[in-house]
Amino acid sequence: MTTLLALPYWQETGIKLGLALAIIPTTSLILVYLFLFKMMAFMQSRLGPNDTGPYGTLQLIAEAIKFLQKEDIHPAQADRRVFRMAPVVVLASTFLLYVVLPAGPDAVVQNLDTGVFYAMAVSSISVLGILMAGWSSANKYALLGGLRAAGQLIAYELPLILAVMGVVIQAETLNLQGIVEAQATGEIFGFGGIGNPFILTQFLAFLIFMIAAQAELTQTPFDMPVAETELVGGFHIEYTGFRFLLFFMAEFGTAFAFAALASVMFLGGWWIPGFDVDDNILNVLGPGVMLGKILLIAFFIFWVRFTYPRLREDQLQKFAWKVLIPLALVNIVLTGIFKVVF
Amino acid sequence: MVAQNIFFGILSAIVVISAVRMVTTRNIVHAALYLVAVLAGLGALYVLLTAEFVATTQVLVYIGAVMVLFLFGIMLTKAPLGNVMEMTGKQWPIAAVVAVLMGGVTIYSLLNHFGSERLVTDGPIYRTADVSDEVFSTYIVPFEAISVLLLAALIGAIVLARKD
Repeated sequence: MTTLLALPYWQETGIKLGLALAIIPTTSLILVYLFLFKMMAFMQSRLGPNDTGPYGTLQLIAEAIKFLQKEDIHPAQADRRVFRMAPVVVLASTFLLYVVLPAGPDAVVQNLDTGVFYAMAVSSISVLGILMAGWSSANKYALLGGLRAAGQLIAYELPLILAVMGVVIQAETLNLQGIVEAQATGEIFGFGGIGNPFILTQFLAFLIFMIAAQAELTQTPFDMPVAETELVGGFHIEYTGFRFLLFFMAEFGTAFAFAALASVMFLGGWWIPGFDVDDNILNVLGPGVMLGKILLIAFFIFWVRFTYPRLREDQLQKFAWKVLIPLALVNIVLTGIFKVVF
Repeated sequence: MVAQNIFFGILSAIVVISAVRMVTTRNIVHAALYLVAVLAGLGALYVLLTAEFVATTQVLVYIGAVMVLFLFGIMLTKAPLGNVMEMTGKQWPIAAVVAVLMGGVTIYSLLNHFGSERLVTDGPIYRTADVSDEVFSTYIVPFEAISVLLLAALIGAIVLARKD
């Protein structure tokens, strides 16, 4: 691979970290504006978000000003240190996810060898922050929300990881760049024009991954941890102003990261048909292609969110343990058999 | 090499201080959170040893699963806010002696075995594929034994949890 400029390690890392820090809040803004404000407003006839400024673009600024001027309240009984740390832990988990997400042959913060495994590991840290928030708020609704979140995230982490296993077996690597390369150089019955996006061969894994991701992101129909009609907001009930904004940013930043993971693993990532996998131009075009695919997947996530009612807690657990996990195991066995036979 | 030594010092200090705070704190949830800090520090030490796969597994298994289940269990049963005085049992001097003895034996055996050896700083970096090759060739028997053990534990848990 040819590199355009060679910088010392620390300068390169500094530039990449700066870019990532700028990109992560932007990603949640894009999702909030496009889907939470515009799409939900059209789907559910909520008129407000469409009327602030041209195309409702000023709504974001109005929301930001609203959050920043709110008072920072701690409940009297709360455990202050843990209460303050909790949103930071949740957001840190989101930031760590972006380390491995690739947008081009070189456009990645760090091309880790364990790629997708690392992403699964750091995404599980957010549960810790949610439990900390639920406990330290000194509020029984918050504690119930935290416990529900923990039970749900543990249950859905298993099908998530097991669904990824199918992709890993087929690509023969954990590395996300390797997975993109395996799809770019793959062939569909001898035809290599568009590579072999794993959504074709791993459709079952894709479905399981998307359902489990919906639950990991606590989006409706899996939003029991924050169910406002039962728990009046769940684990972030006592958070106001900027601390609530941190939770909010983490929610949408993680949604963007999971959509990126899905598009890398199932839709071919940043590769464009007709280019070499290590073509330098893909560092420029790749991020655009990735953004398109991410928005497509995010559209499905939020479409489901705004369409379906909430599941019951026992239905949620049953669905994970009795349907998703056995299906994911079947998918792994089938993929293994096909890998050995062909 | 200097950078590694500096970070080793910082991480070790974090791990040791968190470990001490874990047994001296008066709040059970704080103790669990200090344990998280200890495990995260150990994971970072694995990264310093270029064992990326082990470090990632440490985060996924210990922080993402075991500690979350710990906290889940604590909060589901009894997790009062604020300090609880009965946290320190009467047997703590005996426990301290046992802990010091265990630490002494471990340090002695490590020094006795590896005392004069130095880590190779520019040695090979073990990739995930190398780890899996080793697990499925050299260490296949222990690996399978652990799998059977885990299966037995799983079936045991189901038998205990069944109502009929």
